Amino acid sequence: MRQESASADTLIPMEESDTNKTGVVGTEREDGGTGGEQTANMNTANSLKEDKTPSEKETRREQETEEGQTQVEVCRSVPDLQLSIIRDSDLFGYVGIEAVLEQMKLKTIKAGFEFNIMVVGQSGLGKSTLVNTLFKSKVSRKSCTANYEEKISKTVKLHSVTHLIEEKGVKMKLTVIDTPGFGDQINNKNCWEPITTYINEQYEKYLREELHVNRKKRIPDTRVHCCIYFLPPTGHRLRPIDVEFMRRLGTIVSIVPVIAKADTLTIEERLEFKERIRQDLASNGIHVYPQKEYDEDPEEFILNERIRGNIPFAVVGTDKEHNVNGNNVLGRKTKWGIVEVENVAHCEFVNLRDLLIRSHLQDLKDVTNNVHYETYRVQRLNESNMTFSELGFSTWPLENGTGARCDSDSHL
Amino acid sequence: MTANSRHKSRAPRPDDGEEKDYVGFATLPNQVHRKSVKKGFDFTLMVAGESGLGKSTLVNSLFLTDLHKDRKLLNAEERISQTVEITKHTVDIEEKGVKLKLTIVDTPGFGDAVNNTECWRPVTDYIDQQFEQYFRDESGLNRKNIQDNRVHCCLYFIPPFGHGLRPVDIEFIKALQDRVSVVPLIAKADCLMPSEVKRLKEQLREEIDKYGIKIYQFPDCDSDEDEEFKRQDKELKESTPFAVIGSNTVVEARGQRVRGRLYPWGIVEVENPSHCDFVKLRTMLIRTHMHDLKDITSDCHYENYRAQCIQSMTSRMNADKRVESPVPVPVLPLPTPDAETEKLIRLKDDELRRMQQMLQKMQQQMHEQDL
Repeated sequence: MRQESASADTLIPMEESDTNKTGVVGTEREDGGTGGEQTANMNTANSLKEDKTPSEKETRREQETEEGQTQVEVCRSVPDLQLSIIRDSDLFGYVGIEAVLEQMKLKTIKAGFEFNIMVVGQSGLGKSTLVNTLFKSKVSRKSCTANYEEKISKTVKLHSVTHLIEEKGVKMKLTVIDTPGFGDQINNKNCWEPITTYINEQYEKYLREELHVNRKKRIPDTRVHCCIYFLPPTGHRLRPIDVEFMRRLGTIVSIVPVIAKADTLTIEERLEFKERIRQDLASNGIHVYPQKEYDEDPEEFILNERIRGNIPFAVVGTDKEHNVNGNNVLGRKTKWGIVEVENVAHCEFVNLRDLLIRSHLQDLKDVTNNVHYETYRVQRLNESNMTFSELGFSTWPLENGTGARCDSDSHL
Repeated sequence: MTANSRHKSRAPRPDDGEEKDYVGFATLPNQVHRKSVKKGFDFTLMVAGESGLGKSTLVNSLFLTDLHKDRKLLNAEERISQTVEITKHTVDIEEKGVKLKLTIVDTPGFGDAVNNTECWRPVTDYIDQQFEQYFRDESGLNRKNIQDNRVHCCLYFIPPFGHGLRPVDIEFIKALQDRVSVVPLIAKADCLMPSEVKRLKEQLREEIDKYGIKIYQFPDCDSDEDEEFKRQDKELKESTPFAVIGSNTVVEARGQRVRGRLYPWGIVEVENPSHCDFVKLRTMLIRTHMHDLKDITSDCHYENYRAQCIQSMTSRMNADKRVESPVPVPVLPLPTPDAETEKLIRLKDDELRRMQQMLQKMQQQMHEQDL
């Protein structure tokens, strides 16, 4: 990959995505090969023939109007403003607007991603193994600590390990935060407190950086983007400790519950268990990721609804490979068969991986940045009754006063 | 003598030569056997462990019954306020003319709450209560129909997800080890690979030694047993704690209908010794060691309890120095009796008082002798 000199242009935060689904203007519809690629080369410095990544990055909007007709659409964020949408075929030549996607992509690839994931659950539920399997490398605390002991610790201690992993030129700084000791004692009252404290501390750190007079170009992001909560495969319902934990943390971080060690449940038992868990979550008012409130458009809603009907995912993790029908697959070999981790008929590891990494990674970061962090920020600023004039800035109104996700949240 | 004459009248007449040496009390075991078959056996089994570890399923598999047909699972809200309960199910099983009155004592709610401090208290109280009841009955006047409700064995389910014994496991077994024979089991063993089972068993054995936990030990074979039996016994001892799998369903495997669990990747057969230790557990619990468990309960645990009880009673009486004090028997929450039973109770109490006075005198004598 060619090295470009770092350009000191406008500050584009790391969380920026090029899968912008909201937009004030127009569509992101990819034109079906009307010379788009060639013209892109003309406009950008490097002639990388990158394959257009599959449709996970681009959403298609179905428009039912005929070609060539300009359609007037009411912009959602600013009512009463009518815009006319001009199609490619109406332009008198190629302008090259869509090339900005390419530029954004390259920029973010260069800058790299940061992702912070926290795993919570009782000891022995396979947290470290699952994280290793997810990222196909030994990233968990177990694999990194020299004197790893599996003894149960008396208090909940948080332990984070950071790795730089690279795939196809894309660099990711992955931090895995482990919580040994959670739920292992006889009296587990308030065992979630160290965790909530940690999460809020990260928000506090980021807030302070953000409020500095001379801010760094890219604030190091240590906020927890996703928290995977491991449920033991009892087959019954949520336990009181599960309810307490998820209720408290569901409002400050995106929780993804999973059923650990799911190779002890038959398919029927698994479905019944999931149904009961969903009922328990609903009756306790717990919102896990993906939250219904933050779905922005019908497409996203449909996609997320499908996910919501399937959570919590029943997963099995392993780092051992076995030979099945001539292929080397990740699996657990028992006397009665081999449980294939990546086989959709066996367990839902693939679904979890796709959700976390392949389709919703950026969304997780967005929700953390736009929702959870903003909620924290508003709370803190109200608490300390700060106004920006005190800091020497010109006052500007807080956009997200209520903490609800706003449609005009585009970083372009 | 009477046995001799009885034998002579029943058995076919042997040769003259043999009659001289053969007394005939070798048939005593048969007589005992016949009497027991008529009387029937009773056995009380307690199952303890967190919910969702397959306790009820295992009990059903062991005794081929369905004791918990319409069980309602509580949701998390209801469980938050729940304390540990003790529930009892009694079922009469008959096989080849032998009757077994089986009582299963369940402990729902154990270890489920956020704060599980002293969650074993209801369990130990229950066991003590049964001992008290038996103690009272044994010391009473009418001892014909004593019901033995003492807990003979406690199966403790250890989750397979951990890395050994958790704090709550250690505390529970320690609280129970002197009251009942505890048999630890690894529950839901179908989520473990064979190497993991081995590792977990070693870990558990190590920790049991380390923390000084007393679990039920199989009695050693006599040296005159045959090799096969000794080998089996050794195998049994080496595979503790048993890793078990239970099932309520019958599936088709290898052309047969067996109890098992059907997964997309294979079928687990409960009764296949290479899949889990269920067969070993059943053999041990029912076929070979049931009587031993009962013996240990009555010879060891109950006697300990009784000695402790009497000790505390006499020491209390010595401290009071009042013979006319109300009888310090352990207080049982008995239902209000009618006039007839009231009289009986009063007679029993008098008897007890006299017994205690005698004990006291004996103790004083012993004390004087020592001096």
